[in-house]
Amino acid sequence: MSLTRRDFLKGALAGGTLLGTAAPAEARPNKTMPPEALGLLFDSTLCIGCKACVAACKRVNGLPGDPISEDLAMWDAPLDISAHTFNIIKVWHSGTATNKDQETDGYAFMKQSCLHCVDPSCVSACPVSAMTKDPVTGIVAYDPGACIGCRYCVAACPFGVPRFEYNKALPKIGKCELCRHRMADGHYAACAEVCPTGATLYGKVSDLSAEARRRLALKPGETTTFPRGRLGGPDWSYQGTAAKYVQQIYGEKELGGTQMIKLAAVPFEKLGHRPLPERSYASISEGLQHTLYGYLVMPAVVLGALSVIARRNVKPDDDDDGDSAGGGKR
Amino acid sequence: MANAHAVAPIGGRLVTPVTVVLAGLTAIAGVILLIRFFFGIGAVTNINDGYTWGIWIAYDVMVGSALACGGYAMALLVYIFNRGEYHPLVRPALLASLFGYTLAGASVIFDLGRWWNVWHIFWPGYAQINSVMFEVAVCITAYIFVMWIEFSPVFLEKLGLKDVKRKLNKLLFFVIALGVLLPSMHQSSLGSLLVVFGYQVHPLWQTILLPLLFLMTAILMGFAVVIFEATLVSVGFKRPGELPILTKLSRIMYWMLAVYLVVRVGDLLWRGTLGAMFVPGFEAFGFWIEMAAFAVPLWLLASAESRMRPSRLFVAAVLIMLGGFMLRINGFLIGYQTGEGYHYFPSVPELLVTIGLVAFEILAYIVFVRTLPVLPKHATH
Amino acid sequence: MNETIFDLETGGDAGVAERLGISRREFLQFCTGIAATLGLPASAEAAIAKAMEAAKRPSVIWLHFQECTGCSESLLRAEHPTLDKLILDVISLDYHETLFAAAGHQAEAARKSAMKANKGKYVLVVEGAIPVKDKGIYCKVGGQTAVDMLKECAADAAAVIAIGSCASWGGMPSTGPNPTGASSVAEVLGKSVVTIPGCPPSPYNFLATVVHFLTFKSLPAVDALGRPLFAYSRLIHENCERRAHFDAGRFAVEFGDEGHRKGYCLYKLGCKGPETYANCPTIGFNDLGEVSWPVGCGHPCIGCSEKGVGFTKPIHALATLKSVEPPLFYPRIVEGQGAISLGGAALVAGIAGAAAGAVIVLAKKLGEEEGGTGKTRKPGRPGGES
Repeated sequence: MSLTRRDFLKGALAGGTLLGTAAPAEARPNKTMPPEALGLLFDSTLCIGCKACVAACKRVNGLPGDPISEDLAMWDAPLDISAHTFNIIKVWHSGTATNKDQETDGYAFMKQSCLHCVDPSCVSACPVSAMTKDPVTGIVAYDPGACIGCRYCVAACPFGVPRFEYNKALPKIGKCELCRHRMADGHYAACAEVCPTGATLYGKVSDLSAEARRRLALKPGETTTFPRGRLGGPDWSYQGTAAKYVQQIYGEKELGGTQMIKLAAVPFEKLGHRPLPERSYASISEGLQHTLYGYLVMPAVVLGALSVIARRNVKPDDDDDGDSAGGGKR
Repeated sequence: MANAHAVAPIGGRLVTPVTVVLAGLTAIAGVILLIRFFFGIGAVTNINDGYTWGIWIAYDVMVGSALACGGYAMALLVYIFNRGEYHPLVRPALLASLFGYTLAGASVIFDLGRWWNVWHIFWPGYAQINSVMFEVAVCITAYIFVMWIEFSPVFLEKLGLKDVKRKLNKLLFFVIALGVLLPSMHQSSLGSLLVVFGYQVHPLWQTILLPLLFLMTAILMGFAVVIFEATLVSVGFKRPGELPILTKLSRIMYWMLAVYLVVRVGDLLWRGTLGAMFVPGFEAFGFWIEMAAFAVPLWLLASAESRMRPSRLFVAAVLIMLGGFMLRINGFLIGYQTGEGYHYFPSVPELLVTIGLVAFEILAYIVFVRTLPVLPKHATH
Repeated sequence: MNETIFDLETGGDAGVAERLGISRREFLQFCTGIAATLGLPASAEAAIAKAMEAAKRPSVIWLHFQECTGCSESLLRAEHPTLDKLILDVISLDYHETLFAAAGHQAEAARKSAMKANKGKYVLVVEGAIPVKDKGIYCKVGGQTAVDMLKECAADAAAVIAIGSCASWGGMPSTGPNPTGASSVAEVLGKSVVTIPGCPPSPYNFLATVVHFLTFKSLPAVDALGRPLFAYSRLIHENCERRAHFDAGRFAVEFGDEGHRKGYCLYKLGCKGPETYANCPTIGFNDLGEVSWPVGCGHPCIGCSEKGVGFTKPIHALATLKSVEPPLFYPRIVEGQGAISLGGAALVAGIAGAAAGAVIVLAKKLGEEEGGTGKTRKPGRPGGES
């Protein structure tokens, strides 16, 4: 005997009902950026690929080098961020790669380091609060003391930022923490401090956003002032010419926004920055969890119902033949 | 009738060629794990920052725990849906579940980089309750305890502690209720783990219905494993099988499978991603295998006559296990991509650890059923 | 290009040493030095020594126009050998307004007779820019405009060398708004010439060019702007002794600050090294070695030898790097990780194969049992499924 029409319809209905439960499971909105949030503005058109920021980051964080080979251990030549390279400059090129910031036969530089998201996936993913977001500065910090090394943050980050020490017996996660350990001394992000051209600029995200929008409004070739170091710090600015920017501030809206925002003259997708929706993945994941398990309401109700049913069906018996279930109802 | 369902150890030699091989594989895994703890996980695995969860998570934990859902599936059937006729299948299923989950838990520990901090998950101040992993870890840990409690009557019988057993039996209904709630929560949440990965999971698998898909396949795999193991036990230990019960079980599986496929395909249609299965690549390949592994049993189990044939039941069960395996491997590995240029395939030592764990599981199962009252008594043997 | 190896045994150099009034050792040291400056192989010093031996000293006419005479002054500071002893004896300097004892019409007459006597064979060296506005009245020597004088002298010259930035591309006199129309030698003559830019250039850049001409009867290889490649093919940034500081992000931000006192890179103070082609960091000035150039003394390079940079860009304005094209091993946007483990793949394939095989075998066995013992039961019989 095979499937009857009645049985099929029953099944389809059951399936459809289950599908329908998908609707309410997306409840929590994106988190918002703290008003005094700190961050960076990276302008790819100003970056000359000197890697002073890479070296400075390693210096202030006490990180070891990434040698090219065992024999050439004196050369620090990281190819990618890792648990001991928190910041790196990468190059994109096309064709002969002779024209800076141009798509044809050109090249452009891009910084890769933690973007300090407004609604971070890593903070949502971490089961032990090792990744936390500061409520005032918005800096996403890592606490190895809390960490269990599960690497959920590594897998969850949409930008591939947190990295892990796979070859250590006592490993940690490593990522940029915006030099928060230097803030007590009045210092700020070392990458911004050493950048010779102001490609990496430090400051309040609101100020950095305003600066980014100012640059996007300039005509290509127009002479303008570029600040260096820290917005609101000593004036290290200089005169330069505006490039032909792509009219987009990357990080303004992506996944709820990031505190490191970027400008470039080459489409961001080519620079390893794909288009991303505004809704953060953390909000979807947490929305799902809260809908199903918020306040443990559903689990408690279900446990109660199951207990009632199981109590009715399970008859503990006194004989010692090992049987502990009844077939009571049948 | 109580006596028809009496259980007893099946006795027999513990040291056989099979158990020796299994013990050998376990020992190899032990040595590799020692290296892992001294030199880091990178010394024995191929995981990297692009594929930071390898088979120790994707297989040992995700697939392993789902294959260990026999106890859950049977408890659901026997104690909640009150189908007492399936009762003889409960203890062996519970035993397999016990081992499967305990070893999945062990796999988690030796995949964790900073395993000495693992208690933080349960500690207020550290525990981050919005994390899906928090809920998974707490539920799995609680469930392992519950299962050992559920299984304790077996030990208590062997040790002759009837008083304790009686007291325990009074609370058994609650323990069983927990034993149904907890797996429902964590098996679905193992799927929810993927939600935060966003675009990194291929559209063929990234959906808000992930918890439902994982839960349904976990139950299906639980039933499938029961059939699979019952078949192996009857062939391996040369005992008569439990065919009538398995046949009835397969009809339930058939309906669940049908509903599952409606949900799965319906979701793909709703999200408009069904076309992705025609884009050549590893993802499409994995998807086809997964869907075929679920669709073929639907055909195999369609007729009542079919469901009475042990060969068909066995193949259908294996295919459902394969389908559940593929869903998890696809979601966490094949369909996962954090960026271009990253590759992963498990290394030989990495595989040997997984193999060793499975070997250990089988070995322990054999030892337990030979020495403890788990399997139903039968006239023969 | 090199002639037969000079045979020292025949004592051919004794005459040169005697004529020049220096020891044979000093003479050969000079040849070695010049060869090194030119970047020639060691064997070239012998060819140079042989050329010096030649009896006839070539004639050189040296013109001065809109200049400060710094280039001549720079040449006078040459130490090895001293200019008066060697070069003035190696060449016949038949006209040089600064160094001449004569003056006025007498000097001009000497020039004209030297030009006539050495027609087609003399070397013309020009120092200073040439004003072209208003028919060139802004610079006149002996009643003749610089433009006319230059054209007249260049007509019969064997080679024209423009020494200094002014003659090479206009230099300081050509700084905007350039009221006199100060122009380079090449612009006035309408053809390219050898240029030795710098303000002033190192004397050895000039000396080596001249000696190359005397030795090999041709000028050294030059770039598109006529600059000898041995001195002007690299950016200052590429050879700067403070380059490591640039690469490590160590900069002086203000004169006198900690970074400045520690000798850090001066890029943030406006150093134009990254966009200036010259060999200053390599050879220094006044034979004092490395410290004896602006950056070595703690002042940013002003790009004095580079058109469009020197006397054009403000001294403390940030330089545009001319060579940031990244090298091949620069980290790329996509740098993956993870190799495929063939052993692992083989093992997995093996397990999968074995598992599939086992399942098939077991299923067949179960199938046979079904057929044999009639275990399958038809629906409807008691004990069958409900």
